[in-house]
Amino acid sequence: MALTMFEKIWARHVVAEGPGGQTLLYIDRHLLHEGSTSAFQRLARSGRRVRRPDLSYATADHYVLTSPGAPAPDAEIRGMVESLRAHSAEQGIVHFGQGDVRRGIVHVIGPEQGLTLPGMLLVCGDSHTATHGALGALAFGIGSSEVEHVLATQTLWQRKPKSMRVTIDGRLGAGVAAKDVILAIIATIGAGGGVGHAIEYAGSAIAAMSLDERMTVCNMSIEAGARSGMVAPDAATFDYVRGRPFAPRGALWDRALAEWTGLPTDAGAVFDREVALPAADISPMVTWGTSPQDAAPITGRVPDPSQLDGARRESLGRALAYMGLTAGTPLTEVTVDRVFIGSCTNSRLDDLRAAAAVAKGRRAVVPAWIVPGSGLIRQAAEAEGLDRVFTEAGFEWRESGCSMCVGINGETARAGERVASTSNRNFEGRQGPGARTHLMSPAMAAAAAVTGRLTDVRTLAG
Amino acid sequence: MQPFTQLRAVAAPIDLPNVDTDRIIPARFLRKPRDTPGYADFLFHDVRYDGERERPEFVLNQPAFRAAKILVAAENFGCGSSREAAVWALDAAGIRAVIAPSLGDIFHQNCFKVGVLPVILSSETGASLRRQLQANPGTALAVDLAAQTVTAPDGAVHRFEIDPFRKQMLLTGQDETGLTLSYDAQIREFEARHAAAMPWLAQPRT
Repeated sequence: MALTMFEKIWARHVVAEGPGGQTLLYIDRHLLHEGSTSAFQRLARSGRRVRRPDLSYATADHYVLTSPGAPAPDAEIRGMVESLRAHSAEQGIVHFGQGDVRRGIVHVIGPEQGLTLPGMLLVCGDSHTATHGALGALAFGIGSSEVEHVLATQTLWQRKPKSMRVTIDGRLGAGVAAKDVILAIIATIGAGGGVGHAIEYAGSAIAAMSLDERMTVCNMSIEAGARSGMVAPDAATFDYVRGRPFAPRGALWDRALAEWTGLPTDAGAVFDREVALPAADISPMVTWGTSPQDAAPITGRVPDPSQLDGARRESLGRALAYMGLTAGTPLTEVTVDRVFIGSCTNSRLDDLRAAAAVAKGRRAVVPAWIVPGSGLIRQAAEAEGLDRVFTEAGFEWRESGCSMCVGINGETARAGERVASTSNRNFEGRQGPGARTHLMSPAMAAAAAVTGRLTDVRTLAG
Repeated sequence: MQPFTQLRAVAAPIDLPNVDTDRIIPARFLRKPRDTPGYADFLFHDVRYDGERERPEFVLNQPAFRAAKILVAAENFGCGSSREAAVWALDAAGIRAVIAPSLGDIFHQNCFKVGVLPVILSSETGASLRRQLQANPGTALAVDLAAQTVTAPDGAVHRFEIDPFRKQMLLTGQDETGLTLSYDAQIREFEARHAAAMPWLAQPRT
């Protein structure tokens, strides 16, 4: 029988079929961050221990400050970072803490360290865990109770989701990035379009992407409602994984490779839903509203609620009021107050190179932060001189962490401030109470930094 | 987890689609332990309060809906972040059931773990319920988990589907981890088989 990649990986992880159509799945890798504190505490209260500390890895990303060398002034924020360190030490879990160059955003360092491998089932108490699906893994975000359950049992009860394939065939135009692809997909299927589904991204445009780019696409699956998103592993994947610190070596590598080569979806396998979007139809995108589905080509205008009816009209009106935008305004006339380049969506070396290519020889006219995804990416970027490109252009070169994507560490924008951001969510208050977020690619964000308004990066070329 | 059997209570309508978990509980409250006094005030904090002052237009601030124990929401309620604190805040504020045409997948799972009943009804039924609640603010809905029904103010009985495993866990309030640990023999057997088939998954530790 022809199987999808999802079905193959699922089948390899079934511990038991339980009552009522639920399946007990085995978890190969469990990634932890400071938000795992309450799960550790409940585990301790119930008198249970971590079943397989060797399969969990922890990193500090959400609560650490990204201002070089600065300790958090807030005791509760410092406490979250310290609590992860203490719980990890107590349970014998490898922890990438402050001062460790390997520390970084959990969805950046998993692949970077070779902790994420094709065919693996990986979970993390964070909704952007689908990022790891870019390597051909089944990866999804879980809640705090599920984190506790995985710590205690190394398993999870799950009901098999439906499957969806999103095919992007053809060549992306100049100035069109992976971020534009996923924003276009979300705008097409909607913020709830993938609810209850596992997505596979396929097609020649996806196959042509680097692993960094595939991670950007998979990362935002949850913004379309899907818990997981994945890309078939291929030669580019294997080249990416080979030689990473936790990746298999020697004879084990050869065995793994033989297994991984059989992972891609079989010809003739049937998906519950198929969506296709021609690569040539995708333009550089920006969001104008308060849901990631509120995305439009930069050549467009702020939409007009009066063209809609009922609940959609009310919803759009509310979004425009929050965003301080007027219907019909060309998007390129919207001015920005601040730029954030970072997050688990867009903080990898490819992203920093794309932003630096725009920043080079220009000057930021608004405060603009560059927050690399990990200490190692920061180092690699510095080795290429990207930090100097940014600082000479007036951008601020910071340390790694989640930072202003979620603002949980106190790094937020002020009320009313408009942020051009490479992060993943433009929800009300996401980057701080009253802050207004426009999502876009790293090149587009850099373009906004040097012009002070939403800008079609293609018009800056040369 | 607290069990859920049946409930007859005031229900509050939320018409906006795609209400995300950042809106349900803003990120700055996530460092607060669940037993923090006043945890219920974090629920919908930034749309419910303007500084210290309540925003009168917000549904849960309206006198008829203050006692609500049920939310009737629109599509994709609870989308976004995996924060279970969104359900903890609902629970702290006394909300025991959320009815919607669709829920964010992780939020949906989290509801089961905390003991807040997630009910999926069609868009049409949901819209009809919200209209009835708006027409008669403070009206009660009845939810019966064993029978899998929601009884509307107009007397119509709407049946809902729910995963039988999750239903049983909610009805009894059983500790799921305890249940899973009773599968220990199968887990051990799987671990041995899995390690033999994919030995590279056991990592060198650095």
